[in-house]
Amino acid sequence: MFLIYCPFCGEREQSEFKAGGEAHIVRPKQPTELSDDEWAEYLFMRKNIKGVQFERWNHIHGCRKWFNMVRDTSNDEIKAVYKMGEKPPTK
Amino acid sequence: MKNKYSIFALIKNAFSYHENWQKAWKDPVPKKEYETVIIGGGGHGLATAFYLAKKHNMKNIAVIEKGWIGGGNTGRNTTIIRSNYLWDASAGLYNHALNIWEGLSQELNYNVMFSQRGVINLAHNLQDVRDLKRRTHANRLNGIDAVYLNTDEVKKFCPIINTSPDIRYPVLGGTLQKRAGTARHDAVAWGYARGANEMGVDIIQNCEVKGIKRNADTVEGVETSKGFIKTKKIGVVAAGHSSVIANMAGLKLPLESKPLQALVSEPVKPIIDTVVMSNAVHAYVSQSDKGELVIGAGTDDYVSYSQKGSHDIVEGTLNAILELYPIFSRMRMLRQWGGIVDICPDASPIISKTSIKGLYFNCGWGTGGFKATPGSGDLFAHTIANDEPHKLNAAFNINRFVSGDLVDEHGAAAVAH
Repeated sequence: MFLIYCPFCGEREQSEFKAGGEAHIVRPKQPTELSDDEWAEYLFMRKNIKGVQFERWNHIHGCRKWFNMVRDTSNDEIKAVYKMGEKPPTK
Repeated sequence: MKNKYSIFALIKNAFSYHENWQKAWKDPVPKKEYETVIIGGGGHGLATAFYLAKKHNMKNIAVIEKGWIGGGNTGRNTTIIRSNYLWDASAGLYNHALNIWEGLSQELNYNVMFSQRGVINLAHNLQDVRDLKRRTHANRLNGIDAVYLNTDEVKKFCPIINTSPDIRYPVLGGTLQKRAGTARHDAVAWGYARGANEMGVDIIQNCEVKGIKRNADTVEGVETSKGFIKTKKIGVVAAGHSSVIANMAGLKLPLESKPLQALVSEPVKPIIDTVVMSNAVHAYVSQSDKGELVIGAGTDDYVSYSQKGSHDIVEGTLNAILELYPIFSRMRMLRQWGGIVDICPDASPIISKTSIKGLYFNCGWGTGGFKATPGSGDLFAHTIANDEPHKLNAAFNINRFVSGDLVDEHGAAAVAH
């Protein structure tokens, strides 16, 4: 259990949120031209990083808005939170 | 086996107050080179080494383990063994394991306390009833013992379940697999370690893998905290850390690692002599030989390697347990912990070769790997030794995520994720 700072609502308990997995996976621009390998990469393959990972979260029991988070998966420490469409922090 | 455990050994050692029992396995310094290196000294990894030595005559094998053997998910799971999975491929895989479980204590000369006390899976709504009936039929076509029980039959088999129609999620029925049950999880790791050690396998603990050395598309060895180990074949059985090892070799896997929690109560007199699982309300419970209730909770939905889960997951499970078993309302929970499980998108494992020659993965067991330990070890050993999968694990290759030939076992996996 940890606290999450929703960029729209402020700090709330993690149980109000739903994790949406790895962030910045770009939807293919030309889906019809994708090979099976490229589909597999897009749909299934994940970095699943132990350490600092970029991910999407949804404040599902609050404002229901999506946002991005940088989190250390080895100890669940949240490094940064930023809105959808914003550039990920570099540090 | 040189130092067989027997009644005579027990008597002999009684004379020296049990202070001179031989070590079950050695603590060797790693050699410069091995024929095969297994990364991960949990049940699956140790079983793999055991069957490589026993069935494939491989003599020069090392199992390297970051912590101590059986200290990961092997020592953290809720020890349930069953094979009532839906699809033919899964039925073959898990039933193969169950067949080995039945003779495992004799095979290892080590009591793994395999107890075929039966496993019930409960239905709480009409869709559950339909799904479980379908699964029962599918099981029986695959030669797996399964019966469907109505509410009264569930109550008869496990009298402490609250079958009142007035509860929020009433018990409408359930499936029963009588050959299913539990085993002592630590004993499984220790038994396989002892057996493998006896056949010359080096079990190297406190040895962390730092890198995989490869030359183009062939593996050359493993960089570890105890130095470089040369090898032509690497079998990775690292559960929650599979992606970390894959990353070292430049591979990506279709896995997400998440915390799965379990808890045990204070020990009490025998009260539940079977295993009851409920997918819909997410509660499953059995009683250990020590008398503790062993309760499995769910996974969190975020990736984490912290071996800690959220409190609300435990709370949800205990709510369901209390509604189904009001008799437990004043029990106190003694311990609660988390393990990191590697979950595949189709809730089925990967036992497979990879695009890199000599690199094999056995992963993706998610929330239910313990039950498959012997079968997984046997089939992974076959895959490594022959560089080809056994027919029972052919469907569980990594290419299924490219071909789309998934084995969707979300219904039978019991822990919803």
